[in-house]
Amino acid sequence: MIRRSIFLFGSLTILIIIVGMVMGAPFTLRMLVEALALSLIALGLNIQWGYGGLFNFGVMGFIMIGGFAVSFVSVPLNMEFWNSEGPLMLFRAIIAAGLGGLMIMGANRLYKLGASPRWHRTAQVCAWIFAYLVYRSQIDPAAKYIEAEAGYIGGLGLPVIIGWAFGGLLAAGVAYAIGKIALGLRTDYLAIATIGISEIIRAFIKNMDWLTRGTLTVTPLPWPVPRPQEFQLWGADSASSFIFARAGYLAVVLIVLFVAFFLIQRAYGGPWGRMMRSIRDNHIAAASMGKDVKARQLEIFIFGSVLISIGGAILVSFNQIFDPSAFQPINHTFIIWVMVIVGGAGNNFGVLFGGIFIYTIWIMSDPMSQFLFFNISDMSEKIGWGPIPEIQSRALQMRVFVLGMVITLALRYAPQGLIPEVIERHGDNLAAKKDESQSS
Amino acid sequence: MNELIFFVNKVLVSGMVLGSIYALGAVGITLIFGILRFAHFAHGDMMTLGAFITFILTVLAASLGIVAPVPMAILVLPLAMVLAAGMALAIDKGFYAPLRARGAKPVILLIASIGVTLMIQGLIRLFSGVSSRSFYADTPKQIFRIDMSAIGATRPIVITEPQLWMVVLTIVAVLALHFFLTRSRLGKGMRAMADNADLAQVSGINTQLVVRVTWIIAGSLAALAGTMLALDVTLKPDLAFNIILPIFAAAIVGGLGHSYGAIAGGFLVGFAETMSVFNWAVLLRPFKETLPEWIPNDLSIVPTEYKLTVAFTILIIVLLVKPTGLFKGVSS
Repeated sequence: MIRRSIFLFGSLTILIIIVGMVMGAPFTLRMLVEALALSLIALGLNIQWGYGGLFNFGVMGFIMIGGFAVSFVSVPLNMEFWNSEGPLMLFRAIIAAGLGGLMIMGANRLYKLGASPRWHRTAQVCAWIFAYLVYRSQIDPAAKYIEAEAGYIGGLGLPVIIGWAFGGLLAAGVAYAIGKIALGLRTDYLAIATIGISEIIRAFIKNMDWLTRGTLTVTPLPWPVPRPQEFQLWGADSASSFIFARAGYLAVVLIVLFVAFFLIQRAYGGPWGRMMRSIRDNHIAAASMGKDVKARQLEIFIFGSVLISIGGAILVSFNQIFDPSAFQPINHTFIIWVMVIVGGAGNNFGVLFGGIFIYTIWIMSDPMSQFLFFNISDMSEKIGWGPIPEIQSRALQMRVFVLGMVITLALRYAPQGLIPEVIERHGDNLAAKKDESQSS
Repeated sequence: MNELIFFVNKVLVSGMVLGSIYALGAVGITLIFGILRFAHFAHGDMMTLGAFITFILTVLAASLGIVAPVPMAILVLPLAMVLAAGMALAIDKGFYAPLRARGAKPVILLIASIGVTLMIQGLIRLFSGVSSRSFYADTPKQIFRIDMSAIGATRPIVITEPQLWMVVLTIVAVLALHFFLTRSRLGKGMRAMADNADLAQVSGINTQLVVRVTWIIAGSLAALAGTMLALDVTLKPDLAFNIILPIFAAAIVGGLGHSYGAIAGGFLVGFAETMSVFNWAVLLRPFKETLPEWIPNDLSIVPTEYKLTVAFTILIIVLLVKPTGLFKGVSS
């Protein structure tokens, strides 16, 4: 198994070096930063699916939460907003939301006062409706006012790293709420529910113009390290400024990734990881051993979502633009799943490999398929069929097909992934152990 | 009375149209879930594929010079449905049957169906480009305006020709499915298998045949739904991918595995969507003088841009409150 990992990672390094030689250093550095950020996201999903067996198809939603958090924290203050009536109106809306929340909580506890189930249910529904009406009555004028007067509420002007941390925190809160609601569902229902929730998150972030600027996009987002423009001010030429800046960013991402990887790898081997795997493999047996299955699943759902969100924040601040309409399930949910499945669910090295490998393929498939298509087009022109129309947009679609094919082929021929999870057996007899070590 | 006509146009007609599409899609999903026990995510793209097959056949038929009193798409629809059923069988044979043979978990099949979704979508975009097309490029869409001056309205009820076809064909398809499931031997076998696959097998039902028939029905219904949707709006590669989640919502609301529930769920979700974005203040307009001042001008339940979230909210509430669906569904 170790030999296989070394071989795979070695080939990946060679592949990246080839990409670097063909496409140039700035391109490769950009690809690596994005690949590592996506690997961090894939590691988050690996905790949820590989460790805990939770089926989260709402990865995109958490990436967007991270992106929103970092743009909210790191963008400079919008003084137009702070000098207007906006903060006061928002404050009122928050109070209204809080009151509504209190009322819902009160209605949820009504059974303690001895209300019959029917009254309890009616009170709950009424509380939800009333809370919604109160909140809408405050937030609608506030949103209209802010959009008209100040555009949007702007940011806090704090360092980017705080933004990443805030992304994790926000995702933890959202994951807690979602997990509380949805984790009791059966696996396939959970999948559909999480897809739905991520679409809801996208709809909100896209349409709450007062908060996120919506489709007008927030740009430019600051970096935690000097940007190419700053290197140019210090006298570097254009090409090397990009290399310096992106290498600096890459170093920061590597540190974050290394810390996260170290922690989750340690957690996997520890009692906590063993417990999670036991819940994944047989939650009934785990529950009968006294493990609180629901609470533990909620815990792992939150941890995974935090990693996903931090990865999303890193990705968004690297691109310097937060554009809610750029997020698509194909690019931000399904590709992460492909990384985890192809790499090997449950094995962090496998997922890291899968993340970098799949993203390299994904990025390189664009120039490669264009090359292929232009050649086919030349050929068809020569034999008199004429060129392929709209070649640019069509060639790009090839990778959607390839991604789908990779999923189906991997599921059929390598369901455990390229670097599968190593199942340790404790307390087997010596002969069985020998067998295991020989076969691996 | 114009306000009432506005309500009919905006809520009843659009809800009916949306509901028909959702119902046709949800029936396919629910049948597949009932027989094969997995959530078939690629159903939306099977709908798009069916619409594209119809489009190609329409172009072919037009180039052969065939003239018909009905829209060409309706004429070639049966052939398109047959082809789409064949496609569905091929997809099952190629991608799902090997996984089933290995005894893979339903979740793995769900992921595989997402792979199939991406493949179909990639292929469609590869061959057709990303632009949208219209079935009504040459002939104008016929629009029926039902005059309502009898009840004192100046505006008519508007319904287009494809919408009329859609409602009629949905009713035909639902009735055909009903008689198939209740009267024919195979249909009864399908229901038996949905209830208990092992018991069905030992009582001599050919389960392989039932699986094939399920894919044939699901594929042809998907082609029907996709074509109808493309006739109503335009034909584009992400035609049905965007509505697969409301369709799932409809199937779950009706109880997965329960065909009649899926139809009811489809209309329920369709009407819920149109009703929740409808501005109810319009209906109050005639009584403006007698009503107090504080009633706002906009009384829609959710703003229009959140229309998509309505289906998911219904879905999540149903999953939480009654996970088996509003009508009895199978549990697996």
